[in-house]
Amino acid sequence: MSLAAKERWRKRIVALLRTVLLIGIAYVILLPLIYRFSTALMSIEDLYDQSVRWLPRKPTLRNFRLMWEHMEYPAAFARSLFLAALTSGLQLVTCSMVGYGLARFNFPGNKLVFGLAIFTLMIPPQLIMTPTYLNFRFFDLLGLLRGRSLNLIGTYWPFILMGLTGTGFRCGLYIFIMRQFFRGMPKELEEAAYIDGAGPLATFWRVMIPGAVPGLVTTFLFSFVWQWNDYLYVTTFMAGRNFLPQALEGAATKVHKAIDEASALAASSGFLDDHFYSLINNAGMLLVILPLLILYIFLQRYFVESVERTGIVG
Amino acid sequence: MKRKRRSMSFASRQKLAGFLFTVPFLVGFILLFAVPFYQAVMLSFSELVLTPQTFELRWKGWENYGYALQVHPEFSRTFTEVMVKLATELPMIIMFSFFAATILNSDFKGRTIVRTLFFLPVILSAGVVLKMEVNDYAQIMVQHLQEGAPFFGGAAVRSFFDAARFPAGMVDYVIDAIKALPTVIRASGVQILIFLAGLQSIPREVYEAASVEGATGWERFWLITFPMMTPLILVNVIYTIIDSFTAMNNDLVVLIRETMLRGAGYGVSMAMAMIYFVAIGLILLAVFGLLSRRIFYHV
Repeated sequence: MSLAAKERWRKRIVALLRTVLLIGIAYVILLPLIYRFSTALMSIEDLYDQSVRWLPRKPTLRNFRLMWEHMEYPAAFARSLFLAALTSGLQLVTCSMVGYGLARFNFPGNKLVFGLAIFTLMIPPQLIMTPTYLNFRFFDLLGLLRGRSLNLIGTYWPFILMGLTGTGFRCGLYIFIMRQFFRGMPKELEEAAYIDGAGPLATFWRVMIPGAVPGLVTTFLFSFVWQWNDYLYVTTFMAGRNFLPQALEGAATKVHKAIDEASALAASSGFLDDHFYSLINNAGMLLVILPLLILYIFLQRYFVESVERTGIVG
Repeated sequence: MKRKRRSMSFASRQKLAGFLFTVPFLVGFILLFAVPFYQAVMLSFSELVLTPQTFELRWKGWENYGYALQVHPEFSRTFTEVMVKLATELPMIIMFSFFAATILNSDFKGRTIVRTLFFLPVILSAGVVLKMEVNDYAQIMVQHLQEGAPFFGGAAVRSFFDAARFPAGMVDYVIDAIKALPTVIRASGVQILIFLAGLQSIPREVYEAASVEGATGWERFWLITFPMMTPLILVNVIYTIIDSFTAMNNDLVVLIRETMLRGAGYGVSMAMAMIYFVAIGLILLAVFGLLSRRIFYHV
């Protein structure tokens, strides 16, 4: 066999193995989601039809409509979008700067600061949520406000402050990711910038940031997704406000109530059981995660584009 | 003032700049993290007593810790189980996610779709989605389906290894690995993305230069890709440990929560949490110590 033919066969086998593997993995990842979709499309009749297991016989968008209405979706969406964009934007800026400081400057205490960042990641937020709530409820900057204290609960300030200072949910991870990315980048460009007389901030902004785009996109994605999905912080600091997680949690009960009121038939309360809750909750969950998928499909291009860019710079 | 700054050497100016980069975090750490954390530590040495109007703390010293370690029927056993589970899953998650990222980084048709697929677990295993899922009967059914699926049943694998006369212990590990595969895949979303971003930031010229020098694919992997990914292997090892230890369905976290709500009370549960954190902290230190020297950084 000629060398070229051998090479062609090798490529085919690799492609085949890859395809088989990816299908297997896709099966594991997709199964719950497909089931979620098909459940969300089912009508109540399908629930009682024994022959229906995967595919709804009478698919309907009614569940989505009900959830859209009772979650007050457009308003909740806008609120969540604002909060997630605000938080993840601030976290991205702060964590990449802190990460750069830790990656490239050998100041005394560097390791200690890094250790503290990992430490914040290690403590589950649930554990210190009660004291954190009290801290923001009676916010006085360690007594610096001289006896007066501010109530920051119900405002965006807890998110802004935690974002600005890199102490929000999983910020330790973002600092860590950015530190490792910056440490993995070659030093020559920075040195050239310093020789040209650029300060550390200008060097960071003009030289380091363009080379770290994949790291930045990853950090932003995590930050955005986890803020969007977050239940703990948003219910603690924004209790009673209708962000998507609260909307999703409360909507099923609202739907239940609305249907009970609409149908004069008393018998209706009987069929609104766990199964019906499952239908509408699955529809609601899809409404919550769909925007994230769209965001990801849009952002994952930067993974590819940035290669060419680092190619030019490096 | 201006004179003084000018008289600073380049090196010490750089040190100051580096410190200033991290100042926001330090401020936040002290004001927003250390204060609540200190209060949580204090709770672990006390008993929380609810009175009709408010609550008070009664100082108990090390009593809660002694109770958690010596008296509590399940704490020590659950603690060991959690450690063993992590030790088996950690290598699988790291290897799988590295492997998956390598595949996702190569060029093939439908890559965007596959990449989106691998991102799903990041969304589906967080926050409110996870919270709703616990109570959702449809998802519970899917889990039953997958556990019973022949793909992961392992019977065929077992007979194959038995026929090949592999030692039983090794066969068990392989079977466990196959059974754990769905869990491993779903726990790898974040790690895959971190590795993928890392692979993306290796400049293409390095590979081209190596190819010109006549390096094979195998050599390129071990001499370029692997060393350049070591900083992110560290991130992923640390993240995997922390993620598995702080997950809502970690047995020990469940036990701590149960203790807080129904069992021996808030103080004991906080003491358990503190013991747990010290243990995690020591493990992380050991991992840093072991891996740091083997990591390749540009110097």
